[in-house]
Formats: sequence, C-alpha cells, structure tokens
Amino acid sequence: MSGFAALTARELRLALRQGGDFANVVAFFALAVILFPFGIGPEPALLARIASGVLWVTALLAALLSLERLFEPDYQDGSLEQLVLAPVPLELQVLAKCLAHWLVTGLPLTIIAPLLGLFLHLPSADYLSLVLAMALGTPTLSLIGAIGAALALGARRGGVLLSLLVLPLYIPVLIFGVAASEAAAMGLSPRPHLLLLAALLAAALALAPWAAAASLRGALE
Amino acid sequence: MQRFANPARFMKLSAALLPWCAMAAALLLAAGFYLALFVAPPDYQQGEAVRIMYIHVPSAWMASLVYALLALASAVGLVWRHPLAHIAAEAAAPLGAGFTLMCLVTGSLWGEPMWGTWWVWDARLTSVLVLFFLYLGFIALAHAFDDRSRGTRAAAILALVGVVNLPIIKFSVDWWNTLHQPASVFRIGGPTIAPSMLWPLLVMALGFMLFFAALLLLRMRTALMDAKLRALKFGAA
Amino acid sequence: MDWAAFFAMGGYARFVWPAYGLALLVMLAMLAYALCAYCRAKRALDAQERS
Repeated sequence: MSGFAALTARELRLALRQGGDFANVVAFFALAVILFPFGIGPEPALLARIASGVLWVTALLAALLSLERLFEPDYQDGSLEQLVLAPVPLELQVLAKCLAHWLVTGLPLTIIAPLLGLFLHLPSADYLSLVLAMALGTPTLSLIGAIGAALALGARRGGVLLSLLVLPLYIPVLIFGVAASEAAAMGLSPRPHLLLLAALLAAALALAPWAAAASLRGALE
Repeated sequence: MQRFANPARFMKLSAALLPWCAMAAALLLAAGFYLALFVAPPDYQQGEAVRIMYIHVPSAWMASLVYALLALASAVGLVWRHPLAHIAAEAAAPLGAGFTLMCLVTGSLWGEPMWGTWWVWDARLTSVLVLFFLYLGFIALAHAFDDRSRGTRAAAILALVGVVNLPIIKFSVDWWNTLHQPASVFRIGGPTIAPSMLWPLLVMALGFMLFFAALLLLRMRTALMDAKLRALKFGAA
Repeated sequence: MDWAAFFAMGGYARFVWPAYGLALLVMLAMLAYALCAYCRAKRALDAQERS
C-alpha cells in the first residue's frame, strides 16, 4: 500500500510542478459558469432551474481540458516505457495517475462548485447533494478520462478525438450527477442517484485501469 | 475456428456465400417492404404511422446486434489474435453506425406525430444516441494513427469499454419511466404484438440481417484485398 | 387500389415517406460505398498482379 502512496505522491508532485492544470481547470470552470447569466439573462428563477446542469456540464468540460496531459508528457519524454517495465503493475500506476489527476482537478472543482452555485442562485437545499454528487462523480470522470487519454495517445488531432471518445461515456455520470444535485430542492431524496454514482465509480475503478493500461501497452508496441 | 483463420480460405468461402446472401437479402427486403406498406394493417390508435415501425424496429435491433458482434470480434482479436477478427470489427462498424442513424431518424419521424416531439431525452433514446457516438468513436480511433495496427487495437479496446451500453439500451425501458414504449417482442412471456404485425416485422428484420451479412462479407473481402495490395507493393518496393 | 389514399398514409404522409425514403437512402449509401471500395480494390489488385 505504501508503494501506491509513493506512486501517487510522485504523480502529484509532477502534476503540481506542471502547475498549468490546476489553474486552467479552475479558471475555465469559474469563467464559463459566470458567462451563463450574461448569456441567458440574470433572472434568478431561470438560473436556479439550470444551475445544477450548468455546474455539471462546465465541470465536465473543465475536466476534459486537462486529460490530454495525463499521459502525453510521459509518452513524449520516454518515461512511459519505464513505467510499463517497472515492477509495479501498470494498472496500479494508472490508478495513481488518476488519483493525482483528481486531486488536482476534480477535487478543486468540487470545492468551488458551491461557491459558483451562489452566482447561479442554486437552491439552498441543493448545496449538500451537489457537493456529494461531485465528490462521487469527478473521480469517475478522471478514470473514464484516463481510458480516453490512453486510447488517443499519440493520435493525430488527439484533442478532438479524446472529446469524441470520452463525452459519450461521461453522459451517465452527468445524468445521475445532475439528478442527485437537483433532487433535494424538488423534495426528493438524492440517495438513489448518489448510490448510482457510487456504483458508476466502483465500476470505473474496476474497468478503467485495465482498459487504460491495455491502451498504453498498445501505444508502446 | 482455426480452419477459418486462413484469409485465402475466407476469400473462397465468402465468394461462394456472397451471391446467395445478396439474393436472399434482396428478396426478403422486397417482401418486407411490400408487407410493411401494403399488407400490414393500420394500427387502431396510430393509423398508418405505425408503418414506420417496420423500419425503426429492425434497424434498432441491427444497431445493437452489430455492436455486440463488433465487441465480440474485438475481444477475439485482442485475446486470441485471430487474423480476421479485427477485420470483421472494422468492416461492421460503419454498417452499425448506418443502422443506428436509421433508427434515430425514423424514430424521430415516428415520435413527432405520436408523442408530439421530435426528440426526448429519455433513457432509451439517450443510450441509442450514445451507441451512435460509440460507433463514430470506434471508426475515428481506428483511423487516427499512422500505425494502422495501433488504431485497430485501440478501437477494439473502446468497443469493449462501450459494451456496458448494450444492457442499458435493452433494459432502459424497464428500469426508467420512459416515453418510449416497453418491449413487445423480445420479452419473457412472448411477444405481445399482433401476429399480422409481427410477421412483416420479422421478415424485414431478417432482410436487414442478410443485407448486413452480405455487406459485411463484401467489406471484409475488400479489406483483405487491400491488405494483399499493400503487401505486394511493399514486396515490390 | 386507391393510390391517392395510399400516398396520403392517413394524413401521416410527411412522416412515413421521409422515414422510408431516408432509410432506403442510408441502405443504398452503405451498399454503394461497399461496392465502390470493392471494385476499386479489385481493379488495383488485378493491375498490381499483372505488372
């Protein structure tokens, strides 16, 4: 287990050293959300209706921005080959990368979302379920994103390809995430949706490292 | 299975099979269209609009069926490295995308008079749209790399990841409150659809399947010929 | 056979006929694409094998 912690620490150090991701993701998220009242008008009732959806979609797009750089730097400078040859299973290394990615992108998004919810007149009952849903959903986004990033590694027009691959797979997370976020204000329990999000996370934890590792090995052949 | 691994053997087999497949497809499709337009009765609620069903439902079945085939072929290609598996998958993908497109478009044209809307984001429609994007992603990925075999393997992995969508499509009308009507053919307890409608439906479905089979064989033959061409050019160079 | 009634499709003509039309279009497009690619490959292969 300490090996995994060491792996994650290394990935985290690299991610933070690059610096760009954290700032990019948070800035994009904030700016995109703030644009909505300008685009559709400041009427509180209207904004409140779409607040959860807007927060989720922009969080998703922000996460998408940082995915290209998940494996690309290692692929470019040759250290990916070292990772594949290392005694630690590649799947575990992928998991460590995803965790570091989430700590630098998904977690900040989850923390900032309720603050941005203020700008969108998010109903007060929804704040807790929004944060819980994002806490469960954003790691899944990192994991599914890792599959896409590994598949599109080294491709021509990799950015567009990555979006095409990843966005359809993101849709279930989005659907249940928004449903969970909106449920409380409608007087319903967010629990079923949160449980489904947890199930999606569990499935992604099982599936994504295998799929991403298989793609990475394919990229190096 | 190993006996069919030989491309030359496949070429001989498909050359013999293809004309029969094509003829049967043409006959069944003609019969299907005739039955759907002239013989099948109008629905007591939907009137003549129900005739769209005879295109919409078979293309929906094909959309899912072809993806299942794609995923299976991809698995066989990745795990057992059968030489024809990836070729079959890549040949099937555009056909599956075509059927999915037919399903979505005819569904829309059926939905507007019946439900009053061209589109609704319910579970069935959303998951079929996701299926369409999975097909597009598969095709894009397969062609996205200079090293062709890298693209083929990456697409195969994507195909397997997307398999989770198939049970969602099938059971979406059971699991969620949807506008789309629940299963009336493939269900425990047998079909609930009237026989006078079931038979044209099955004839069309069989016609679609043979149409797909014929085009799949044709596209696989083309792929093998292209591979041979590349090998010859490489040898001559 | 009352053709006028048949083409009217009980008032749903503007949905039924585009549906059938687009479906046929897609199927013909798939067929044409497959046939063209096959003919092209066959011609190229024959040319290569002759040379």
